Amino acid sequence: MTTADFTALLPYLVLTGAVLAVLLAITIFRSHRLAAGLTLAGLALALTALPIAASAAPRAVTPLIAVDGFTLFFVGLLLCAALASAGLAYGYLERRRIQREEFYLLLLTATLGGCVLPASAHFASLFLSLELLTVSLYGMIAYLRTEPLGVEAGIKYLILAAVSSAFLLFGAALIYADRGTLALGRILLPETATAGPPQPAMLAAGLAMVLVGIGFKLAIVPFHMWIPDIYQGAPAPVAAFMATVSKGAVFALLMRIFSLYDLRSVAGVYAGLAAIAVLSMFAGNWLALLQTNVKRMLAYSSIAHFGYLMVALLAAGASSVTAGALYLAAYFTAILAAFGAVGAIPSAAGEAQDLEAYRGLFRRRPGTAFILTAALVSLIGIPLTAGFIGKAYLLLAGLGSAVWLLAVVLIVTSAIGLYYYLRVILAMAQPPGAEDKSEQRAAPESRLGSLVLAALALGILWLGLYPAPVLDLIQRTAGGVLVF
Amino acid sequence: MILYFLVLWLVLGAFLAWWVGRSRPDLARWISLFFLAVQTAVLVGVWIGYSGIRTPAPEGRWWLEISRPWIPQLGAEFHFGLDGLSLLLCLLTSLLGMFSVGSSWKGIREQVGFFHFNILWVLAALTGIFLALDLLLFYFFWELILIPLYLLIGIWGHENRSYAALKFFIFTQAGGLFLLLATVGLYLVHGDGTGIFTFNYMQLIGTAMPASTAFALMLGFGLAFAVKLPVVPIHTWLPDAHAEAPTAGSVILAGLVLKAGAYGFLRFLIPLFPEAAKTAAPVAMALGVIGILYGALLAFAQTDLKRMIAYTSVSHMGFVLLGAFVGNTFALQGAVVIILSHGLSTGALFIMAGALQDRLHTRDLKKMGGLWSVMPRMGGFGLFFALASLGLPGLGNFVGELLVLLGTYSISPAAAVFATLGFITAMVYSLWMVQRVFAGAYAGTGKPPDLDPREFILFAAQALALIGLGFYPQPVLDTVLPALSDIRLESGVNQPQTTASNRSAAAGIDPERVGDSISAGWEERR
Repeated sequence: MTTADFTALLPYLVLTGAVLAVLLAITIFRSHRLAAGLTLAGLALALTALPIAASAAPRAVTPLIAVDGFTLFFVGLLLCAALASAGLAYGYLERRRIQREEFYLLLLTATLGGCVLPASAHFASLFLSLELLTVSLYGMIAYLRTEPLGVEAGIKYLILAAVSSAFLLFGAALIYADRGTLALGRILLPETATAGPPQPAMLAAGLAMVLVGIGFKLAIVPFHMWIPDIYQGAPAPVAAFMATVSKGAVFALLMRIFSLYDLRSVAGVYAGLAAIAVLSMFAGNWLALLQTNVKRMLAYSSIAHFGYLMVALLAAGASSVTAGALYLAAYFTAILAAFGAVGAIPSAAGEAQDLEAYRGLFRRRPGTAFILTAALVSLIGIPLTAGFIGKAYLLLAGLGSAVWLLAVVLIVTSAIGLYYYLRVILAMAQPPGAEDKSEQRAAPESRLGSLVLAALALGILWLGLYPAPVLDLIQRTAGGVLVF
Repeated sequence: MILYFLVLWLVLGAFLAWWVGRSRPDLARWISLFFLAVQTAVLVGVWIGYSGIRTPAPEGRWWLEISRPWIPQLGAEFHFGLDGLSLLLCLLTSLLGMFSVGSSWKGIREQVGFFHFNILWVLAALTGIFLALDLLLFYFFWELILIPLYLLIGIWGHENRSYAALKFFIFTQAGGLFLLLATVGLYLVHGDGTGIFTFNYMQLIGTAMPASTAFALMLGFGLAFAVKLPVVPIHTWLPDAHAEAPTAGSVILAGLVLKAGAYGFLRFLIPLFPEAAKTAAPVAMALGVIGILYGALLAFAQTDLKRMIAYTSVSHMGFVLLGAFVGNTFALQGAVVIILSHGLSTGALFIMAGALQDRLHTRDLKKMGGLWSVMPRMGGFGLFFALASLGLPGLGNFVGELLVLLGTYSISPAAAVFATLGFITAMVYSLWMVQRVFAGAYAGTGKPPDLDPREFILFAAQALALIGLGFYPQPVLDTVLPALSDIRLESGVNQPQTTASNRSAAAGIDPERVGDSISAGWEERR
């Protein structure tokens, strides 16, 4: 290891340091404010370390980790999402009388795992980072131990994630048996092969199993069954974290793999992924249509959004990575704001999940209602919000490489999706129901949570109105060449 | 800078009205009115300054043009341009904006500030639509009107508002997504062909592409515009939305949002895809004629006053579609005049329907009757606007519809004959409406108040504008003429140029002037 290696790894080192700092702080002096403050400071410090790491990039640090523009962009995005989740979680936990400090430990380790994923150059680092992320998530989902739904969600996620990890591991083993290497950059190169005769069937089976493992994490159809229960049961900030950091990191990894190999030209892979994309777009939107629980609705809609993102994946060319990164950024801001607002709305039932709880929100809490509206409008993809620019870029990438069918499906399913987002907006605009009077004297909004929400709303509008600087950043970093 | 000002001024007004309206609702109304009045004054100033009335018209295609980078990576710009067509539509926007603020002065009591925020927001976006010369920017504004209109219908609407708001939104958004698809498609075709990736309207005009591609892209644009206009098979959102919207919402929908669809046909679809539009012209003209007759027929069958007025819009917009695709100067100028006069006359009818509903608490025609005896002023204006709507000579609608028919006759006599039937049906439904509302014996109880001064001023202003447009349309015709030069499909559909000229000559018009300037021909005829 040289100095340059350490420089390239600086954001990870800072994150690891933050984990230790929070751990020590809890043992010495238990304070919610201190733990949250250290976490936020650690994440922010890791963000500021990115430009320093960029000076050493692109660089392959050991055969396991590749630090390049692509990695750094996504690490930055994930850190921002983690920062927002932590801020939202602070406001959320502040209102609850439990041991709150350990939550931030889990959040930091999960973020660390998520940040290593886009940099993974080897199945070993892939698996380790994925498990670090997943195991931390078990704890985060079931963090409110007195909520039966939360504990149920945690157990469900534990079992399903363990199964999907098993698939991933077995797939990796099969690939290794055929190709003799676990380096992501070499497994599909023709000259890589073991001493024995190559066995295409074994390789195909291995790749398919890896895809199953990744598909579980992304919750794309047909691996989507778990997502509504988990999102419903998990605390809102954790759901926000899962929708962004967990899914985004895995998707970034997928984009890296796709920019390494021209998998689109392989007929079977292309047809299979296109089918998954179309099914995800349709099923996600359709199932979301049937929900009256806002968190379940957002869960199903996230299936659809990752279906949209698959369009960027399947579109060839330079605009593909740009479109994917931009859409992911737009989705991050919108879904964080949406879950953040859901978590910030006080309700007798702990969290405002049912559509009825949103009646009259424009009058009770105009600020929160405005932010939630902005988030939902962005998820629809209407101008002035980030979602519009993201969707326009997706279409551009899709049509640019002539995946007409996918582009048209994207359009049609987006139109279906309008209905359920609008229903929430209209419910907020209706006059308040009778039982709302009692809730009005519920706990005040947390200042930090409000600040994060306001920042997210500004981000949505800024990305929607003037995306040029962000696009420039994406093209300078993520759009650049990859190293392995 | 004036062009940016026109949009930003209204946005500023929107936020101010919301902010102030939280504590002082009435001040929000005055603020909205003030911002719209200033906007109108600026537009009139621009009209006088640039249209050649006082000074020679400026050189070049646009009176005013401005551009700033927006998304340089895509070649999208904040690119605005103003010519005669844009100016008239912007003026109509601010005028009808004032009328809709005035019409809701007493009717809106809930969340007044937020109401005016939504109104001004829609008007700002509409102004942006009429000014944008960058296709992505156009789409940006095109979609921006949806959410506030959705809220206007959904919050302040009548009984069945949620359904109507949702239907409106889904129809227009589905159309809008196809517009986005086609815009991106055109962008890529142009970029692949020339290496210049841009959304600039002026550069995209004349993009070379295979006929089939052009036709597919045109369909994408056409679908979005046809939903808004609306064209008959996809008009079903309109009666629901118009009937359930609050008065101001109905005025904006009928007077302006439908016009955005018409503007889309005139400004974008035909100039961008002239050949494909020519291919589609027979179908479009047929749909226009069907819309004229079908809208009139359904209007006749309604018992809900606002639904009835909504269906007359379908009928009138049929004339606009016909005029746009006939595509000679007569028809195009006629279409523009209809756009303006229909905005004024239908806006007035919706305000009247709202005033009646405030007094009688019903929109059901069967429960009305004999109102002339209790509200003579309201009856007089009602008759006036009904006459305007049926195309009485001397009022704006007559000029527009006559011009469209004149233009159509030289291309397709059959279409002209069937469209003329629309005059008769319009007479039937308009007079039928007056009879059912105002004539007969008054059966109700109590004496609903007649027009108050506020309402009187509103109606008088619109009546004066219609009379002006009917007696002296020349300034309007001159103003739009240069803007129409890009749009003309010239000889139109299946008739060769000579035939058209011959027919014009037979009608006593100098064929040299037909494609050139309506003004000379118009003077002669008078």
